[in-house]
Parts: sequence; C-alpha cells; structure tokens
Amino acid sequence: MNSISSMNTTTTTTKASPMTETKISARSVQVYYGEKHALRDVSIEIRPRSVTAFIGPSGCGKSTFLRCLNRMNDTIDSCRVEGSILIDGENIYDPKVDPVQLRAKVGMVFQKPNPFPKSIYENVAYGPRIHGLARKKSELDDIVASSLQKAGLWNEVKDRLNESGTGLSGGQQQRLCIARAVAVSPEIILMDEPCSALDPIATAKVEELIHELRTNFTIVIVTHSMQQAARVSQRTAMFHLGLLVEENDTDKMFTNPDDQRTQDYIMGRFG
Amino acid sequence: MTDMTVSGASVAMPRTKSLLQLDERTRRRNASEARFRMIGFLAVLIGVFALVFLLGSILSNGLSSFRQTYISLDIFLDPARLDKAGTRDPAELAKITTFSYAPLIEKALADAMAAKGVSGDGVSVKAAAELISKEAPADLRRYVLAHPQAIGTKVNFDLLASGRIDGYYKGRVTMESAELDRNISPAQLQLADKLKAAGILGTHFNWGFFTAPDASDTRPEASGLGVAILGSAYMMIIVLVLSLPLGVASSIYLEEFAPQNRLTDLIEVNIANLAAVPSVVFGILGLAAFINFAGLPQSAPVVGGLVLTLMTLPTIIIATRAALKSVPPSIRDAALGVGASKMQAIFHHVLPLAMPGILTGTIIGLARALGETAPLLLIGMVAFVRDYPAGPPEGFFDPASALPVQVYNWTQRGDPAFIERASGAIIVLLVFLILMNLSAIILRRRYERRW
Repeated sequence: MNSISSMNTTTTTTKASPMTETKISARSVQVYYGEKHALRDVSIEIRPRSVTAFIGPSGCGKSTFLRCLNRMNDTIDSCRVEGSILIDGENIYDPKVDPVQLRAKVGMVFQKPNPFPKSIYENVAYGPRIHGLARKKSELDDIVASSLQKAGLWNEVKDRLNESGTGLSGGQQQRLCIARAVAVSPEIILMDEPCSALDPIATAKVEELIHELRTNFTIVIVTHSMQQAARVSQRTAMFHLGLLVEENDTDKMFTNPDDQRTQDYIMGRFG
Repeated sequence: MTDMTVSGASVAMPRTKSLLQLDERTRRRNASEARFRMIGFLAVLIGVFALVFLLGSILSNGLSSFRQTYISLDIFLDPARLDKAGTRDPAELAKITTFSYAPLIEKALADAMAAKGVSGDGVSVKAAAELISKEAPADLRRYVLAHPQAIGTKVNFDLLASGRIDGYYKGRVTMESAELDRNISPAQLQLADKLKAAGILGTHFNWGFFTAPDASDTRPEASGLGVAILGSAYMMIIVLVLSLPLGVASSIYLEEFAPQNRLTDLIEVNIANLAAVPSVVFGILGLAAFINFAGLPQSAPVVGGLVLTLMTLPTIIIATRAALKSVPPSIRDAALGVGASKMQAIFHHVLPLAMPGILTGTIIGLARALGETAPLLLIGMVAFVRDYPAGPPEGFFDPASALPVQVYNWTQRGDPAFIERASGAIIVLLVFLILMNLSAIILRRRYERRW
C-alpha cells in the first residue's frame, strides 16, 4: 500500500521537474549540535539508482548530512534538525514518520565494519526477521542467500554460515554489513566512508560492489578519497564548513569545478 | 629543531660516549624504578601475609568443628517407659518427655560398659551418663516419634558426647582444667579414654553442624547451622528475585531511555551515594519501613531479604550501567541501521553483550549481601531460633537466623566450644562466598565475547 502511494508522489514530482528524476530532496536543512551550527542551509537533489558521493575536509558536515537521511541523528540528544528532507516526496521529518520504518527503507553501512557478534547467517537474517519479511525458514534462507550474493560474499561464506561474523576479514565484514543492509530490501543505501578501514584490495571489491548495487538502489556515499568518489559516483557534492559548496556531475567536478574552493580542495590545497 | 635539542642536551647533561656506560641520569631513573617495584612487592607481601594469617587462624580454630565426638550405644526402647498403653498412638507418645528417655540411655551405657569390661572406677552411673550430651534424650525422643514401630527393639545410636568430652579430644579441655571445672571431673575424662579404647566412644564427621539448629549455652555440641543456612538461602532468593530485575530494568532505563536532565543527574548522584551508605543505616530503614510501618514479622527472612535488596540494588545498578556503557555504540548503530527499534536494539544486541558484566555485578552484590550482618541485627535476626522455617514461600515469614549473624551470636556465648563453632561457621560462609565469586568468574569467562 505504502509503495503505491509513494510511487504516485514520485510521478508527481517527476512531472513537476521533468528534466531529472529525484529520489531524495533536501530543502534548506540546518543541523545544530547544541549551540554548534553544524550544517547551514543545505539543499540538494539526489537521483534514483545512481551513486552520489559527498566529499569535503574532516568536520565539514558531510557525515552529519548523511545521518540526517535516515534520521540516525535522532539518537544524539543534543542534535536538532530544521528544514525538510523529502524521500519520494514525503518529508521524513514529519512527526507522523516513525524512524524505524524509515530506516527499513534507507539502509546504512558504517565507517567501521560492525557485524553483530553472531553467526554470519544471523547477521543477515536479523533485519528481515524483525521486519517480518519471511514467513517461513526457507524464505529467510532465500533472503540470506540472495543478500549475500548481492554483496558478493556468497561464494566465500556459503559453507560457514554458522560461524561468527566477527571472524571474517575486514573487507568481508564490511561486505557482510552491506549484505545485512540489502537484506531488508531498502531503496536507498547510505555509506559512511565504507572503505576507510579496508586495504586496497578489499576497497576495490567494495567499490565494484557499489557499482553493481547502483542498478537497484540509490546510493549515497561519504568518502575521504577523491579518487574513490571519481571512480564510483555519478554525482558529487562538496561540503565545506557546514555549507554545501558545489554539487555537480562527477566528471565535471573533477575536471572543471565551478567553485574555487572545490578546485582548491581537489588540488590538495587544503583538507 | 634538531639543533636546539643537541645544543640543549650538551649544555645540561653531557652524555657519556659509550652505550655500555650508564650516565648519572639513567642510573637514578633505574634506581627509582627499582625502589618503586620493591615497595609494590612489599605491599603485596603484606596483603598475602595478612590473608594467610587470617585464613590460618580461622582454619586452625574452626576445622575441628567439622568433626564431633560421639558415643555409640545400643539402646533398648523400653515399651514399659515409652508406651505404657501399648497403642503406639502418636498423641500419647508425644506426652512422654525427655525425662523418660534419659534412664534408657543411662541403662544402655551401663550395659555397654559391662559388656566391654570397662569399669567405672568410682564414677557413678549417673556421672558416667554426664559424658553424654543433654541433647541426646531429645534426639532419641525425636527418633521415636518419627519411628513409633521401633519401640520394643534395640537400636544403635551415635549419641553426642558432651561439649567438655568433645573439647577434651580437641585439646580444649585438659586434666588440669577439669580439676577446676564444675561440669567435668578428671575421673570422667579417664572414663572417656577407657570408653574410647573400648570402641564405644569415637570421633567422626559432624553432619549435625550443617543440619542442626542452634542450641542453648549449655549444649554447644548440639549447635548447628541448619536454620542459619536456610535463612541465608531464603534471603538470597529474595534478594536475587527482587534486585536483579529491578536493578537491570532501572539501569536500562537510566542508561538508554532517560533524558539527560537535572532529575536524572540527581538520581544518578543518589544511586552512587546509596552504594556508599553504611549497612547499619539500611537496617534502621528496614526496621522503620518494613517492621514498624508495613507490619512484617521480626526475624523473618522476608524483611532481611528486602533490606539486603535495598542494599544490593545500587551495586547492581552501577555494575549494569557500566556493562551497558562498555558495549560499543557501533553495535547499537548497526541494529538501528537495519531498522530495529530502540527496544529491539537493546534486548537483541546490547543486553546479551552486557550480560557477563551484569551477572558478575549481581553475584558480587549477592556475595556482599550474604556476608552482611549489621542490618540483620537491627531487624531482629539475631534471635535464638531453634525451629526450622517452613518451605518457601510461607517460610519467608517464619523466624530464621543467617550465617553471619550466627557467627556474631556464637562469639557472644560463654562456653569456649562456641568459639570453635563460630570459626567453623566462618569457614562455611567463606566457602559459600568463594563458590559465588568462582561462579561469577566462570560466567564471565564463558559469556565474554569479543566484538
């Protein structure tokens, strides 16, 4: 039921701006941590089934903004969000929205791989189980298998699903976390520097995976590596001191940015 | 930068050329390190010495209480004395007092001495019977009431020897001290030696110490920890059942749900203060709130359990909150990230990971409650209790004693035999405490997980 109504709103927004489709639309978002003004007036449109990268120096607010997209900031007492963020035309900061339901639709992968200290199977099955996505054990098995396949981990772990998820290597753990996020069939996946704790080979695998996931999911990724942003994303947004400095096609961003600060950051003059 | 350090160092402290030669500064640093190690080692040594001395004195005083001197007699349960009507009617049997049983024991002793050829040597039969505890006729009566069909037969009994005789074989009573003692004479001690040689008198393991109730001042040999162990067990059940859920629930609320404001700050400070309140104060609280106000019975495990619960709660809350805090936030994020509610994140992921810490804190808190004496004195658990409390839950309201209170109680008695009993009770208490701490360690090892 819900998906039908959201599809309708998607079509209306598409009609309103026929040039580009929009999955997420942030309108003058302000974020405060207590007295600190962490994000100033951020407005951005994010396209469906594409990868959008957020870049910028440390402390610029890119992770803060990412965590606004599935309301993970709610867990921080001092954090206050103003403005509106629309996903499929619905404001996720509407008082009627339950963040739990939102997070089933907007999955997240964190900076440090954080599998539950349980078996690989349990790690992936947990989400579908609490959302009641499987009625039978066999259905749950199918979800676990297909999620691990989508995360490119199936061949490595299919024989040891009952072993602990924390026993995997760092790269495998991160792909397990991606499988866990994929298992609840979200529409959007947020990734907060997913490769910062991984070695180059594991990073390459995760990047390849992001590339494949793009066909089904809208992906927003925060990264410190500009090469990574250039490799995986179609659109890039540059944050600096709580401001969204520039948002552009990735190709243009890294060759001929509109803003001087983006130019400086990409050239390595600061950050 | 480099220039500065080189010039600075060369001015202040000229370095020796060779690495094989220690300079003055290094020598002083090494000396102070050696001094510190020495002090630390000494401190540990003093602690170990104190512990060894403590355990040594308790064990040397108390271990003997686990063995007891008995006199083994074949007693004819004479129907002419015990059941004149011959009906074996329990109501009639109950009317026969211990006075009727004492002659049976006297006669059995005289018969045994005659059969084994032990001569009294001026010790009258009455004086010989004084070797046997005053508790023996009561034990015999209890047996007969439980087994009425045994009347008319000869039954072998291990009767308790009197406290003085028991003390004689444990080195507490000597021939010299017996000269001055109203309760025993050297002739009686000599008779005891003869009985021992004849195999009538002997020493074996003292089960009664764990099962018998307390006994009066004149019968230390009959006193046991039965009621105290039962009372302590009842209190521990109450403490566990009340304080674990209450403590864990309030910790979860304070740690995970409560907003950070003045009120919660005040509550936190008060919990920390409550943990530091002397236990006697909890006793006063228990007396005022549970006995005077709520009207619960005195000396009852339920009141003791409630008071100890109040005392244990802060410990459990502090331990539980520390355990919850030590679960990395990434686990919470992971659960919330796949759409778990806060409640689900806590109960499915955080709580299982915090469990070893919670259980350890709970068991340590329980162990502290088990050894607590002062509050129990104030709520009347120091009373002399000879009747076993009933089974739970009614038994929670019956008068009972507690292990540490029994220790305190026995150290107040006049007869030196009770010092041995008190030390024995301390050993029992320590064994329980060690077992509890051991289970805390085992639980911690078993459920400790890495993440």
